[in-house]
Amino acid sequence: METRGTRIGLGVATVAVIAFLWLPLLLIMAYAFNSSTIQSWPISGFTLHWFREAWHDPEVRRSVELSLKVGLAATAIALVLGTAAAAAIYRFRFFGREAVSFLLLLPIALPGIITGMALNSFFNFGGVQLSMWTIVAGHATFCVVIVYNNVLARLRRSSPSLIEASMDLGADGWQTFRWVIWPALSTALVAGGLLAFALSFDEVIVTTFTAGAQTTLPIVNAIVFVVILATVIPVTIAQRLTGDTGVLRRGAAASKAAAAATGGGAV
Amino acid sequence: MTQLVEAGASLRSARLRLSAALWRRPWLKLALLLAAPVLVFAVVYLGALASLFVSAFWQIDSFTAAVVHKWTLDNFRTLWHDHTYWRITGRTIGLAAAVTVTDAVLAFPLAYFMARIAPPRWRALLFVAVLLPLWSSYLVRIYAWRTILAKNGALNWVLNGIGLPDAGLAYTNTAMWIVFSYVWLPFMVLPVYAALERIPDNYLEASQDLGAKGSRTLRSVILPLAIPGIVAGSIFTFSLTLGDFITPALVGGAGSSFIGNIVEDKVGQPDIPFAAAFATVPVVVMGIYLLIARRLGAFEAV
Repeated sequence: METRGTRIGLGVATVAVIAFLWLPLLLIMAYAFNSSTIQSWPISGFTLHWFREAWHDPEVRRSVELSLKVGLAATAIALVLGTAAAAAIYRFRFFGREAVSFLLLLPIALPGIITGMALNSFFNFGGVQLSMWTIVAGHATFCVVIVYNNVLARLRRSSPSLIEASMDLGADGWQTFRWVIWPALSTALVAGGLLAFALSFDEVIVTTFTAGAQTTLPIVNAIVFVVILATVIPVTIAQRLTGDTGVLRRGAAASKAAAAATGGGAV
Repeated sequence: MTQLVEAGASLRSARLRLSAALWRRPWLKLALLLAAPVLVFAVVYLGALASLFVSAFWQIDSFTAAVVHKWTLDNFRTLWHDHTYWRITGRTIGLAAAVTVTDAVLAFPLAYFMARIAPPRWRALLFVAVLLPLWSSYLVRIYAWRTILAKNGALNWVLNGIGLPDAGLAYTNTAMWIVFSYVWLPFMVLPVYAALERIPDNYLEASQDLGAKGSRTLRSVILPLAIPGIVAGSIFTFSLTLGDFITPALVGGAGSSFIGNIVEDKVGQPDIPFAAAFATVPVVVMGIYLLIARRLGAFEAV
């Protein structure tokens, strides 16, 4: 429908914007191989030194370990709470339904510093010692939305008559869940879980970096290199899982997943 | 053997009874499903916000630096009368708005290309290309820009290479504007994409059949349908900029403090009550913004 000129113009703009998104990342990845500790361009020489350094750095190991633990715990909580909330919002019309979906959205709609400060003063208020579990609580609040969006999007696309049919055929609640609902939901859960985990994992690394980023920057570059390559995997898998349902056009499904991934789904 | 069958049968009948009971009492099922998420969110999250709000009305003792639980409006009075805070608030909101507009302008052609022009295979690729930066550390992306904009950075290298003088962007408000627009861009692309993707092709055909040129179709058909998506994206770009304190600290210069920087300072001092009082400003601004966004249909966008 679009004229040839428009298509070409849009294509050029797309390439430019993608370059804008990726050049800084490629650049910082290149810095991981910089032999000098001074961050100037062009880099002065090639070395793998920082990778070795990062691998043996106990602080890096601790931070990665903590990230994994927090990410897994927050994802587990998010999966349970997000799925339950999505099922409730999907199946029922009740007083306060809008309020509940709005409430779930708040942690990502409100500025992060507010969430952080609010939780901080809440834990102080209740005399809770800050620990790994308080980080988990903080992360779970924004991970729930991601799972919730993914599951809700999937439920909306699957037909409610499947559940009725299963019941008509004499299945009890568990059987319906196991053989009808679960197969429809499982990939959405995996995708939501992966995205929630990726978000949380990244966040802890950020938190740790903020503490001592100045001194360890070359090591940070090396970690970044690895983290960027490592995040390719969950994001690509999540994209495939949600995109490959065959219910809608591929792209449409993928877009929902992607939008849900960033919380755009419920907004 | 018979025992096993009987046990299986009784288990099954128990399950049937249970699911029948739940079927007859949908409210019970609803309560079971909603109890955990609502409880956690209402207690932890709303509780946290409430305790933050409450502490804004307290004060710290200037000698002991302990929080005094006495109701006062002093914090808000200070905020109201000190011009510095007005300036900081103005800067924060202004830059958040500028970033939002920039991201909308950058995201629209990309989203349009992804939604309506790119073949499916490219589309999947573009998705990963847009999504991936989002999952790489946010702080590192800011550092990347810091090194790019630095005096010996890549930007000046390129400029000098083509015979231009240094850009001198390091540690300025312009740098903040670029970096914010960069880090939040994916948040704008995805909802705009979702909105554009849902426009049925025959709307555009109808517009064309009725004699509209491309620009008219864009203005009267595509843009109105894309607005909810743009507004949905703007919630993220606006609120994320509004609450940030890391970008101003890392790439902003002297006199580029955001609300978040003051809040962080005060938390560190520690003057939690004042920090809480100032933190209510972005909350109120976001509240107003969300109300407007809701009226513009952003909540039904995706």
